[in-house]
Amino acid sequence: MQQLLTTVLTGLTLGMVYAAFALALVLIWRATRIVNFAQAPMAMITTYLALVLIDAGYSYWLGFAVALLSGLVLGAVVERFVVRHVEGKSEVNAVILTLGLFIVLHALAALIFGSRFRSFPAPFGLRGFQVGDTTIALTGFGVFTIVAVAVVLVGLVLLFRGTDLGLRMRASAVNQEVSRLLGVKVGRMLTLGWALAALVGSLSGLLIAGGGLVHPSYMDGVVVYGFVAAVLGGLDSPVGAVVGGVLLGLSLSLVSGYVGSELVPLAALVILMAVLLLKPGGLFAHVRERSV
Amino acid sequence: MTRRQLLLALGALVVVILVLENTGPFRNGQFAAMAYYAIAAGGLTVLTGLNGQLSLGHGALMAVGAYTAALMLQERDAALPLVLILLIATGVTLVVGALVGVAAARLHGPYLAGATLALAVAVPGIPLYFSETLGGEQGLRVRVPEIPTWLADAVYFVTGQDLTPTRYLAYLGWLGVIIVFVLLANLSRSRIGRIWQAVRDDEVAAELAGINLGRARVLAFVVSAGCAGLAGGLLALSARIAAPSGFTLTLSLLLLSAVVLGGLGSLVGALVGAALLTFLPQVVTGVGEDLGLTDVQAAQLAPLIYGLVTVLVVLLAPAGLAGGLRKLTQWRRST
Repeated sequence: MQQLLTTVLTGLTLGMVYAAFALALVLIWRATRIVNFAQAPMAMITTYLALVLIDAGYSYWLGFAVALLSGLVLGAVVERFVVRHVEGKSEVNAVILTLGLFIVLHALAALIFGSRFRSFPAPFGLRGFQVGDTTIALTGFGVFTIVAVAVVLVGLVLLFRGTDLGLRMRASAVNQEVSRLLGVKVGRMLTLGWALAALVGSLSGLLIAGGGLVHPSYMDGVVVYGFVAAVLGGLDSPVGAVVGGVLLGLSLSLVSGYVGSELVPLAALVILMAVLLLKPGGLFAHVRERSV
Repeated sequence: MTRRQLLLALGALVVVILVLENTGPFRNGQFAAMAYYAIAAGGLTVLTGLNGQLSLGHGALMAVGAYTAALMLQERDAALPLVLILLIATGVTLVVGALVGVAAARLHGPYLAGATLALAVAVPGIPLYFSETLGGEQGLRVRVPEIPTWLADAVYFVTGQDLTPTRYLAYLGWLGVIIVFVLLANLSRSRIGRIWQAVRDDEVAAELAGINLGRARVLAFVVSAGCAGLAGGLLALSARIAAPSGFTLTLSLLLLSAVVLGGLGSLVGALVGAALLTFLPQVVTGVGEDLGLTDVQAAQLAPLIYGLVTVLVVLLAPAGLAGGLRKLTQWRRST
């Protein structure tokens, strides 16, 4: 019972991080029909920026803010100057482009920040709360993780549902031609979409790193889990991405707790294949059929 | 097999003998590495360039071939001849490739990329879990079997030099390259190759023409996986080890970038890409150290260049370096 509770709570926290990452992938997919595999190294770079500031003696929160802001800028720059040229063209080229970026950012990080493991601080406690005599697996940082992702989700929903800007962004994602005719600056909306996505991605990078170790490939597994979570949610729906992230976090945590942590990526692969083959539109797809 | 291909293959064999006999053990080792990269890249370029399927999981398929070969090469006196062991490694990977291919045939674009990416990340965990049989983090040591006496005698008779194990492996690798490339070239010019291209270019038209899309895709994946398996087996022999750290996501991504650099769908391009993967690191690491970088930093320059060139090729010359050169020569001829 104790172990099950631990597993579930760990899974919930991890799931929220995967959810944030999946959300970043979904935002970009909705805007430009590209799965941004370079999201992982982008988040890794911004987390390193935070680490450099924190190691230089500045507060955690300054590093946190700088990482999120630099994510925003990096996302905008990548869309405007690199990805813009392949948007709407061959799917294969777009994927290869993001993978090229993946390799570049990886090598740059190892070149600039070194490839050894470095520990990343956490702003809240990493010890489980005490309930009576037992320690449960929910930590202060875990609560912070859940709250941070929830805040981002609510913020995005408010932006997309409640503001004029969000409406314009949704319009550009649905039909570029018509939006352009209606006076929406589609290019600018796409850049903004990528920037927002990169910000959310950076958040997930910071949350994964907190209280753990950082090295140039520490996000490589997360891009897979984020992708699986996004596909679980249908790749199109932000809420689906979050639900998918939590479900995946729970399932992987169960695999890790009861089978072995080495097989967690394999379990993710199995879940991904099962979803793609049985329910390709995801668990909550709006459209009934979609070719994958 | 046309006469032209036969002549090309024989010419390639002569070049291989000349090059391998006139280089030392270090270069022999590098050529052995280039051979397995070329085989894997050749399979990947046929899959991606001809059939339009993207695989980020070829590093994982190489791991399957490498571990299969390694399991049979635990003793100094292997029970089976080496060529047979490599064929078995290829066969096992073919079967795994068929399983992956059946699932992959229903996916395309980013979905296929994501699924094969998951494969690339998942497979290195398997030897860690089954560490009893698969050696865990340290991996499996591979013993290179004795060179058959008749072969050693024959080589001595022709070249007047003793056949070192490294040179033996390089020969084996390049023999593999020649056979695989002749097979792939024939396959892509055949009916099957045209079917693959039809599926790539227009699914609906291909289906209307009576092509079974799924079957064509699975076949392309299986052929490509077989190449990766053979390459993995050769890698295990050359490295004398099969360990999870040899088959990271980076390997899969570098293979893909090699194929893109050389030009998707071009076997010559695959060879160019394999040469870049093998020889570029040494060159740029040297340059980096001259510029005052530490050796750890300088080792990152090669991947940085692969990545940058991949991005530039996709943006500027989607036909790759080989395609760009071809265009240039055609342009020269026409003016």
